[in-house]
Amino acid sequence: MPDKIIPEKILYSVTGIFDHPDEIINAAEQAEKAGYKKYDINTSYPVHGMSTAMRIGPSKLSYIALVFGLSGTTLALLFMWYVSSWDYPMVIGGKPYFSLPAFIPITFEVTVLLASIMTVVAMLFIFFKLPNNSHPLHDTDYMKMVSSDRFGISIQASDPLFDEVKVKDFLQNLGAHHITPIYFDESEISVKNTVFEPKFIGFLLAVFFATAGFTYFSLNYILAWGPFNWMWNQHKLNPQKRSELFSDGFGMRMPVEGTVARGYMPYLYKGNQAAASKYMINPLLPTKEVLSMGQQKFVTFCSPCHGYLAKGDSRLRGQFPNPPSLHSEKVRNYQDGDIYHIITEGQNTMPSYAKQITREERWAIILYLRALQRSQNAKETDIK
Amino acid sequence: MNPNDSTENFAKNISMQEPIKLPGSINITGWILLIIGVLAIAISFFVDRERSSFNLLIMLMFLLSIGLGSLFLVALEYVAGAVWSTPVRRVSEFLSSSLIFLPVVAIILIFNMHDLYHWTHSEYVQSDKILSQKTPYLNYVFFIIRVAFFIGIWLLFYFLIIKNSRKQDKTGEQVLTKRNTNLSAAFIPIFALTITFASVDWMMSLEPHWYSTIFGVYYFSGTVLAALASATLIIVLLRQKGYFPVKLLQDHLYSLGALMFAFINFWAYIAFSQYMLIWYANIPEETSWMLQRWTGSWKFVSIGLIIVHFIVPYFALLSQPAKMNPKRLIIMSIWILFAHIYDLYWIIMPTYSRDGAVFGWMELVFPVALVGLIIVLFSYKLRNNNLVPIGDPKLERGINFRL
Repeated sequence: MPDKIIPEKILYSVTGIFDHPDEIINAAEQAEKAGYKKYDINTSYPVHGMSTAMRIGPSKLSYIALVFGLSGTTLALLFMWYVSSWDYPMVIGGKPYFSLPAFIPITFEVTVLLASIMTVVAMLFIFFKLPNNSHPLHDTDYMKMVSSDRFGISIQASDPLFDEVKVKDFLQNLGAHHITPIYFDESEISVKNTVFEPKFIGFLLAVFFATAGFTYFSLNYILAWGPFNWMWNQHKLNPQKRSELFSDGFGMRMPVEGTVARGYMPYLYKGNQAAASKYMINPLLPTKEVLSMGQQKFVTFCSPCHGYLAKGDSRLRGQFPNPPSLHSEKVRNYQDGDIYHIITEGQNTMPSYAKQITREERWAIILYLRALQRSQNAKETDIK
Repeated sequence: MNPNDSTENFAKNISMQEPIKLPGSINITGWILLIIGVLAIAISFFVDRERSSFNLLIMLMFLLSIGLGSLFLVALEYVAGAVWSTPVRRVSEFLSSSLIFLPVVAIILIFNMHDLYHWTHSEYVQSDKILSQKTPYLNYVFFIIRVAFFIGIWLLFYFLIIKNSRKQDKTGEQVLTKRNTNLSAAFIPIFALTITFASVDWMMSLEPHWYSTIFGVYYFSGTVLAALASATLIIVLLRQKGYFPVKLLQDHLYSLGALMFAFINFWAYIAFSQYMLIWYANIPEETSWMLQRWTGSWKFVSIGLIIVHFIVPYFALLSQPAKMNPKRLIIMSIWILFAHIYDLYWIIMPTYSRDGAVFGWMELVFPVALVGLIIVLFSYKLRNNNLVPIGDPKLERGINFRL
């Protein structure tokens, strides 16, 4: 191939073409034997045994996979430890905060993900030198041939043993044809990284501000225009707005003093057990429904401390002062009003249950408790 | 290498070579191990029949792993159309002949089923609601029918596939490869079902209340690993001593190492899946099996299983050079075979000794007999067969295989 040697062009390499894969393997072995270090083989498909012939050691890429894989393992475990046992500890499925078996699938996924993504990224940016997309061999007849059905070797001028005449002879002796020197432009090696050029950065900033500005404008103004504002203005008082109707500007009115909300009847005998005992009567009858409601509420609220049979044999025994048995002489002689009062206001360490148990439920519990007491201290007539 | 070399000349070159003769000492060692092992097994049955039955069950499952797993590897090569494994396929074929001894061990075990399986105690089953519901499946007659049926199917496929492969050595007909491919394609789904049911029958029913739907796959992963490890061990040893009639390159060793590495991961994946689902759901009827393996000294056996069966072989075979290093492959093959016995011990023995692990001379003599049996079997097969399938049309491509 005739070549015009243009003065400002620099010699990159001398290339030769072979027709058979065995020849290219031989060429690689001979180049290695001749002591060339900077040469490359271009084939249109992977030729088996090439890495041995070129004496290429194992790829360093695997170390990148290892390092990022291990980072993925560590990061995933740290993240899950931080999220689920440090920052916001939450019991899930009754497992400990840091439960390794549950974390292993995610750790495995993150390990594989990070290792594979970073291997590809490292391959592109470190080994392929990605932002640089030009190579002296591009757009040459050599590249056209080796990317269709030929096998090529390219011995670079930067090799310490390089001598154009000797290399040409060397390739000739190996049986190569199309032995061609490859030149490249000065401009090709002085390619600057265009990512940091002021023009490019300015362009990015302009795109950024334009996008952000348009988004802000459309969300805050355009949506309030024309047909988009259906149902926007309604005849009601919007939150954070001043009422025009009332002189104090509040849209909500305070209830009249002394108003009692439904179901929130105040307790008449606050701090006065004697009066409660004297004036209050159980309004419920010991029917089956009432007793089963009482039993349900007793089991939920009373039994944790007093025990299922109200004997004071609680499930929480030992963690709190032991609650009294409800079968004592004293409790058996209580009026219903006394018990009602104690449930409502609490006694000693027992807190008020007024919030959890409605009035009707309190009376039902009392009826159930009476039945329990009767079961433990039955009267003679009950036996019959 | 001359690209015009025809396959016929090629095969003739190999078959003209001297038949491979292993040193007689290997065969004698095999016989000594086998005889000592069988005698010791007989003694141990007199000493402690129950414990020996459990150990014999481990031996049965290990024999099944090697025999059926090797047959699976052979079938896999045919179905996948693999060429790299053709020069070494005979090793797996020889190993799969251990299936012939399966009925002997199975019959001894069937006579000792009362010691092994709780569900054979009819008075116990009657008082247990769950077990009495399982009786349509778990009963003597159906169990024996299944065992006979499975072993029959395996032996049938073994004889058919191996017969075709041997016949090809003489005739070199390509149609035999086609026939074996079809047989293998039929065998693999049958293999999947039978090995699942066999593992459920022999091992899972030791704890008849417990069930795990992944159990069959778990045993399968160990099976393939054991078959691969035993084949790799023999292949690399023969290659190192220079008995292999064809040149096996690092590419072949790498393929074996990579497959072993893959199945180590597969085993860990399945074992962990089984554990994690049981751990997460935390249902009493499932956790009992795991809790049994966490009582007393079984705890250390369980932790040891993770190290022996996964962590050590994983890191030993992780790097690329390690997968083609013959010395490393020999050590790891032996290691994995040990790990598989360890795994079977971990599955089976907790039913015998519930309070903690037991280990004694009885646990040692059964593997001795097994190793002896396999050595004797292999050297017998080697004397009467070609070590390389010389009639296989894929052989030349297999020898020239490059990664």
